[in-house]
Amino acid sequence: MPDLGLDVLFKGKNMLRLLGGLWVAVRISLISVALSIPLGILLGIVMTWKNPVTKTVTRIYLEFIRIMPQLVLLFIVFFSSTRTFGWDISGELASVIVFTAWGTAEMGDLVRGALISIPKHQYESGAALALSPFQTYFYIIIPQTVRRLIPLSINLVTRMIKTTSLILMIGVVEVLKVAQQIIEANRMSSPNAAFGIYLVVLIMYFMICWPISMLARYLEKKWR
Amino acid sequence: MAEVLLKVKDLVKQFDGGTVLDGISFDVRRGEVIVVVGSSGCGKSTLLRCINALEPIQGGSVELGGEPVVYGSKNLARMRQQIGMVFQSYDLFPHMNVIDNILLAPLKVQKRNKSEARAEAMELLKRVGLEDKAESYPRQLSGGQKQRVAIVRALCMHPVLLLFDEVTAALDPEMVREVLDVMLDLAGQGRTMIIVTHEMQFARAIADRVLFIDNGKIVEDSDPDTFFESPKSDRAKQFLNIFNFERSK
Repeated sequence: MPDLGLDVLFKGKNMLRLLGGLWVAVRISLISVALSIPLGILLGIVMTWKNPVTKTVTRIYLEFIRIMPQLVLLFIVFFSSTRTFGWDISGELASVIVFTAWGTAEMGDLVRGALISIPKHQYESGAALALSPFQTYFYIIIPQTVRRLIPLSINLVTRMIKTTSLILMIGVVEVLKVAQQIIEANRMSSPNAAFGIYLVVLIMYFMICWPISMLARYLEKKWR
Repeated sequence: MAEVLLKVKDLVKQFDGGTVLDGISFDVRRGEVIVVVGSSGCGKSTLLRCINALEPIQGGSVELGGEPVVYGSKNLARMRQQIGMVFQSYDLFPHMNVIDNILLAPLKVQKRNKSEARAEAMELLKRVGLEDKAESYPRQLSGGQKQRVAIVRALCMHPVLLLFDEVTAALDPEMVREVLDVMLDLAGQGRTMIIVTHEMQFARAIADRVLFIDNGKIVEDSDPDTFFESPKSDRAKQFLNIFNFERSK
């Protein structure tokens, strides 16, 4: 068996450092998701309005965020804002800002889709049964919307966790950056470490994202 | 003759400038079964939707038991409890099982006792042959079964008037019968019903009176034998001809 350089993992606190890096990535994703969900729900509701102004503004926002590569957004917020406005924001804060802006756009579109996908006769059946508009929303529309939404928003979480691998470019020391540091530090003693360490990083991403994906799939099946 | 239960007077309904219902007037007596027929888009479904105020109307009035039914009014919830409606599209709530679908309105709107309402729901399900489906979800039912559940859901509110809006139009032919049988059973119990349908033989069998609507107006209002055997208007003759086929060889 070729030397994968796995021994480097057990040198010093390398494994712990990698896990710490992973936690940075997961923490940024979780904070961003926690902010994106309420903001996205608001955005999604606004997007269903028929008002042409809100329609255009939200559409432009959504398209802009979707078209721009996340890395460019990160550079704009982290580097450009410092020069132009003199803001001194940390890499982690810049990441949370960009990921929340992105998550809000994606979440808003999901909420919009879930809301308009509830057929009109669901509202009418409620009305015909003498339910008040509030009761119709509470017992019929919102439960169906949430069921459609939860699996989709869980998928958004995994996409966010994967995309955090970009934030090493603005100097945030997350799992991939820690891996690079470990590999660099052991270049002479274990030249093969690159393979082993990156393999471990891969497995770590998998261990985080796979259960989340499974949960989404399970909920999707259960609530179909 | 039984007393008048529903009074529709000079009903006018307009959509985007077009007039769908143009001065509709008719009375329904307690226990009567009215079948409304007419070509697609003549306003039959709209008429039913106006009777329980799912649509605002532009003129005229609807009265049930002497009380007005008005779109957006305060007493609307109370009036709608007395009007059961079954739609063409499957309108069961997909996230609730059969029994929860049926019990939602009796428990939340009428605040009835749960075990009493549940017992009644089970009795009604038994009557339509679905007592073993109480815990099933709508997606596990056939179209005909869903419509029977929708009928039970409407019945469980103890309505004095039932509206059926082309309830078999979206069903496979072999499922139509099971739904129509339930409706025949209800007619036999002396329930007051207004039925919009394209099943002409069924209409003839169940109706006390047939209303033929054309261009937003009631063109004929007669007993079924008269309507199907000797319609007075040319429009009705034309309409009924659609259902007759000559041998081609």
